[in-house]
Amino acid sequence: MSEKSPLVIELETLQQQAQTELAALKSESELQSWKTRYLGRSATVMQIFKRLPEAAPEQRAAIGQFANQVKNTLEAGFNQMMETVRQAQLQQSLKSEQLDVTLPGRVPARGRLHIQTQVLREVCHIFNEMGFQVFRTDEVESDEYNFELLNIPAHHPSRDMWDTFYTTKEGVILRTHTSPGQVRSMRAFNPDPIRVVLPGMCYRYEQMDASHEIQFNQIEVLVVGKDITFANMKGTLVEFAKRMYGKDVRTRIRPGYFPFTEPSAEMDVECFVCGSKGCPVCKGSGWLEILGCGMVHPIVLQNGGYDPEIYSGFAAGMGVERISMLRYHVDDIRRFWENDIRFLEQF
Amino acid sequence: MELVLSWLKEYVEVDIPLPELAHALTMLGLEVEDIRLIGLPKPQDTKGYPFHGLEWDREKFVVAQIDEVMPHPNADRLVLCRLNDGREELTVLTGAPNLYDYKGIGPLAKPIKVAYAREGAQLYDGHQPGFVLTTLKRMKIRGVDSFSMVCSEKELGISEEHEGVILFDDDAPTGMPLVDYIGDAVISVSILPNMTRCASMIGLAREVAAVLDKPLRMPELTLPAGVGKASEQVKIEIRNPDLNPRFTAGLIREVEPRPSPYMIQLRLKLSGMRPINSVVDATNYVMLEAGEPLHAFDYDVLVQRAGGKTPTIITRTAEPGEKLTTLDDVERNLKDFTVLVADTAGSLSIAGVMGGQESEVRPETRNVLLEGASWNFINIRKSLQYLRINSEAGYRFSRGVHPALAEIGVRLCLLRMAAWSGGQIVDGLVDAYPQPYQDPLVAVSPADVTRQLGVQLTAEQIAAYLRRLQFECEVKDGQVFAKSPAHRMDIGEGVIGKADVIEEVARLYGYDNIPALIIASELPPQRPNPVEERLQFFQDTLVSLGLQEVINYRFTNPDQENRIYPPEAKPENQNYVELQNPIAVEKRILRRSLLASLLDTMERNVRLRDRLTLFEIGPVFLPDDSRQLPDQPYRLAIAMSGLRHPRAWDRKSSEKLDFYDLKGVVDALLSALHLEDVKFEPDAHPTFHPGKCARLIVSGEPAGWLGELHPQVMEQYDFSDSPVLAADLDMELLYQLSPKSFHAAQITAFPPVIEDLAMIAPEAVASAEIVNLIRKAGGFLLKNVELFDIFRGEQIGAGNKSLAYRLTYQAPNRTLTDKEVGKQRERIISQLEKELGIKVRTAA
Ligand SMILES: [Zn+2]
Repeated sequence: MSEKSPLVIELETLQQQAQTELAALKSESELQSWKTRYLGRSATVMQIFKRLPEAAPEQRAAIGQFANQVKNTLEAGFNQMMETVRQAQLQQSLKSEQLDVTLPGRVPARGRLHIQTQVLREVCHIFNEMGFQVFRTDEVESDEYNFELLNIPAHHPSRDMWDTFYTTKEGVILRTHTSPGQVRSMRAFNPDPIRVVLPGMCYRYEQMDASHEIQFNQIEVLVVGKDITFANMKGTLVEFAKRMYGKDVRTRIRPGYFPFTEPSAEMDVECFVCGSKGCPVCKGSGWLEILGCGMVHPIVLQNGGYDPEIYSGFAAGMGVERISMLRYHVDDIRRFWENDIRFLEQF
Repeated sequence: MELVLSWLKEYVEVDIPLPELAHALTMLGLEVEDIRLIGLPKPQDTKGYPFHGLEWDREKFVVAQIDEVMPHPNADRLVLCRLNDGREELTVLTGAPNLYDYKGIGPLAKPIKVAYAREGAQLYDGHQPGFVLTTLKRMKIRGVDSFSMVCSEKELGISEEHEGVILFDDDAPTGMPLVDYIGDAVISVSILPNMTRCASMIGLAREVAAVLDKPLRMPELTLPAGVGKASEQVKIEIRNPDLNPRFTAGLIREVEPRPSPYMIQLRLKLSGMRPINSVVDATNYVMLEAGEPLHAFDYDVLVQRAGGKTPTIITRTAEPGEKLTTLDDVERNLKDFTVLVADTAGSLSIAGVMGGQESEVRPETRNVLLEGASWNFINIRKSLQYLRINSEAGYRFSRGVHPALAEIGVRLCLLRMAAWSGGQIVDGLVDAYPQPYQDPLVAVSPADVTRQLGVQLTAEQIAAYLRRLQFECEVKDGQVFAKSPAHRMDIGEGVIGKADVIEEVARLYGYDNIPALIIASELPPQRPNPVEERLQFFQDTLVSLGLQEVINYRFTNPDQENRIYPPEAKPENQNYVELQNPIAVEKRILRRSLLASLLDTMERNVRLRDRLTLFEIGPVFLPDDSRQLPDQPYRLAIAMSGLRHPRAWDRKSSEKLDFYDLKGVVDALLSALHLEDVKFEPDAHPTFHPGKCARLIVSGEPAGWLGELHPQVMEQYDFSDSPVLAADLDMELLYQLSPKSFHAAQITAFPPVIEDLAMIAPEAVASAEIVNLIRKAGGFLLKNVELFDIFRGEQIGAGNKSLAYRLTYQAPNRTLTDKEVGKQRERIISQLEKELGIKVRTAA
C-alpha cells in the first residue's frame, strides 16, 4: 500500500475537526453556519473534487470515494444533530408555553329559559309523550267558563274554594284555574276523543306570603273518550309521577272534592325531601300532595257537548311552582315573578 | 272539625288503633291533619300522622276526692286539702281559688272530685306562659310539705285554663287512673265542601261505621211524656218554603241555666267551643253531636212581645231598611234576601246565621223555645258573605243541612237540656214542614260502575256498599235502586245522582284498591299546534342568542305602565282591564305592554350585573268593547344594557351594548324565521331616542319597535349610565308571516368571486338603500352583500361617509370569469352613481 495522499490526510483532519465542532453546537443557526462552513459550495470537502488532479492518477478514484464518504458522514451528523437541537427547542418552547389551566374560561353570554318555563315544559313533555297535546286558553276568562260551565253556580258554597279577582266588566274575571280549558277544548274538539294538557297562568285573590301567590302556573290534563275509567286515571297519573319523580316513587290516591269532577281525588307521592321518613316539608306525614284529579262530572261533559251516558273522562291539575319549590328547596313562592337575576341564573 | 274519640265511640265501636283510624278517615276523604292526645300514650307507629300531647302516667295521675278544705297556717291565698287518692289519705297544698268557698267549713258532706298528680308526675307548669314541662318534686311551701298537686286543665294539657283546679262530676271514681277516666284523642279532620254531613260526631261515626262495617248506634230520640201541649203555646208561619223548608220548635219549662256537667264542658272545650251554661251548652253540644245548629229563645220574652198572647214565629225575608242587633252586640243592616226568624213584634234572629240580642237565653231564663230548622243553603251563604259573619251555624247551613235533622236536633237538645238544666219538656213538637224533601232515588248498574271506575262489581256488591252508608237499596233486573238516606243532600238525580252514588261506591271500595291501568281506548287525532310551536320557537331562539327569559306579574298600574313614556308624552285615558277587587292599588290593572314590566325588571337588576340581556314573552290585555273578553295577544319584549361582551379576567374592553347589538338580535330572530321582506324604518316613538329608533316593517306590515331609550325616559328609571336598548315586537304577526317552508341553498364546489367596493356616500343615504340597489344591479350571480367598514373624516368631507361592502358572486355550475363579474361590477357602479349620486372609489 502506498503512502496516504495529502488530500486524504487533509480530509481526515477536516472530518475530525468538523465532528468535534458539530458536537458542541446548540442552536439551529449555529448548525446552519457549520453546514455552510463544512458542506457549503466552498467547503473543503466540496473543493476536493476540483483538486483531484493534485493527486496521483491511480489514487484519484479512491480519494474521490473517500471525499464522498466524508461528505455523507458529515451530512448524516448534521441531520442527526439538527433533529436533536429541534427536539430540544420544541421541548423548551412547550415548557415555556405552559398555561395556568385553573384560570377561569371566557364564558360566552348564555341564555336561559325562566325556571318555570323549564318546569312547565318538562311536565307538558311527559304528557306529550303519552299522547296529550298542549291547548292554551285565555287568562282573562268569563265567569261562565271559569265557574258556571264547570258545575259551580253563582253563590254555590263550592265557590269558596276559589278567591277570585273580578274585573270591572260584569262576568269577566281572571281565571282561578286552568279548568276553563276543559269546556273550551271539549267545545273545540267534540265529538273527537280528547287528550289535552292545559298549562298557564292563573290568579287567586290572596294575601301574598312565602307560600301564597296571586299569580301562579297550573297544568291540567283532560281526557275524554269512550271507556275512560278511574283506573285509567290512576294508571296515567302513576305513570306521570314515575316519570316526573323517579320510577320507583310510591304514590297514593285518596278522596277529594272538586265540583267539576266526580269521583274526585288527591294524589300524593312519597316525600322525596326526606325519603318519606317525615320532615317539615311533608309535615311529618311522609307524603306530598302533588295533584288533584277526578272523573269529569257529567254536567261538565254535557256542557262540552259529550253525552255522559256514552262518554267519560278524567281531569287532573297541579301547581307548577310547587314542583320547583319542592325540587329546588325554594322557600318563598314570591321568588318566581320577582325575577332577581341571582335567582334566575341558577337554573 | 275536631273529632273527640270518646264521643265518637258512643255511636260506633272502634276496634282499630288510632293511626289506623286516622288512615281510614283520610282514605274516606276525611283528611286527618292533627291528632292531639289527652293523657293517652303516643302510639309506636304513627303511620305518618302527627300525634302530640301529654301522656298521663297511670300510676301518677288519678282521680281523687277532697274530703275537707282547711286554711293554711301561714298564707291566706293557700289552702290545705284533706285528700283521698284511693290509696291513702294525704294533705295537699293548693292555691286554687275555686276551693276557697269550702275553706274551713269542716268535713264536706259531698267530697269534691279532682284530678290528682302524685310526686314525680310530669306535667305542664301552670305558672309559666305557654306549655313548659315540669316534674313534681317534694318541697316546702310556707313551712308546709308539698310533693303532689291538684291539677288545673292547663297543667294536664287540656286547655289554657289555670284559674282553678278541675272539679269533676260527683260520680267520678276515686282512685281510677286519670287516663282511664278522661283520657282522649282529638282528631282534626278537614271536611270537604261536599261532606258537610260529616261535620258532627254522628256524621263522622256513620262514615267510620261504614268503613269498618259496624252498626251505627243512634242516641235515644224518644221524648218522655211531657206537660201541656207545645202546639198551644207557639205557632209557626213560614212565608217562603223555598228559603225555609222546615221549622221545628220544642218547648221546655222551668229550666235552670247552670254550669254543665264537667264531661260535657270538656267535650265542648276539646271541640273548640266555650262552655256558657247548661242551656246554651245543650244547643252547641247537639250541633256538634248531630250536625243540626239549634237556637234557643227565651220563651217569656216572646210571650211578652206578643202582648201576653201565644207567640207566632214568622220566618220571612228582611224588609227594606230593617235592622237587628245580634247577640254579639252589633247592629246589622239587613238585605232584602236575608231570611229572619221574627214574630209579630219584629225580627228575633238572622236565620241560620246568628241570634238576636233581645230574645237570647240569660241566666234568669226559665222557659225556653228551641228552634231546629232547615234553610236554603245558597241564601244563607249570600247572607253570610254580605254580613261577613263566620259562625258554626252559618258554616253548616250554608252547605246544606238535611231537613230531617231539624227534628232530630230538637229532640236530642230537649233531652240534653232536661238532663243538665232540670226542667220539664212540653209535650209534642211544633213542626212546620210545608215541602218535605224528596230524597233522590238513583238507578245504577254494574256496567255504570265498571264504565266509570274500571272495576267489576255485582249489583249486590254495589248495594252492600251503599247500605253501609244507609242508602236504602233495592236490586231489580240487575240494577241497583238506591234511595239517598235522610241526612245528606249531596246526592243528585239522574246522571248526576249516578255519578254521586258511584263516588260513594268508590270510597268504600277504596281508592287504593282500584287498579292503575294505561288508557286502552283510541288515541285522539293529533293536531298541528302552531300556538305552542310559536311560543317555543321564540323562547328557544332568544335563549340561543344568549338572552335570559323573565316572567313578570300581569298586575300593574297606569303610572308604572306609562313610565316608558317621557313626561310630556304620557298617553291619557288608556283603556285597561281593571280589577274590581285589586290586592293593592299598585296592582289594580292588567298590563297593556310587556316593555314597562321588563324595564322594571331591568331596573331592579341593573346594579347586580354589568351586563343584562332579558326578554319576556306573554299576553297583554287590551279591552275590546265589542267583545266580552279582552284581546289577549302574545307579545315579545327585549331589553339589553351594559357591557357588550361578558366580562372576563383578561378582557379589559368596556364597550357598551348599543342599538346595533339589539338590532343584531332582531336580525337573527328574523333570519331564523326566514322572513325576507324586512325593513327597518327610521321612525319616531316617544319611548326611544329619536335618532336611535326603528320601526320594523315585515311584508309591509308594522311588526314592532326597537331602539335606545329616550334620555327623558332613562331619567325616570334608576339605571346606570349604560344605554338601555329595548324592543317590543308583535310575535304573532312575525310568526304568521314566516314561510312554512323554504328551499335550502345549494352548496357548490365552484369558488366564489369576492370583491370589495368602497364608496363615498352622503350621510342622508341609508345603508339599506345602497344594499338594495347593489342587489338589484348585481343580478342573480350576486349572492351576498355585506358592509364591512364605515368611516367618517375630514378627508372625505363633511356630510359624507365612506362605506365598504364585500360582494360575493357565485354561479352554481361553473367558475365565474373576470369578464362576467366585471360586467356586473360596471352596472353596479354606474347605477350607484346615477341613482344615488354615489362615487365608487375602489373596486377590487
Ligand atoms: Zn318529608
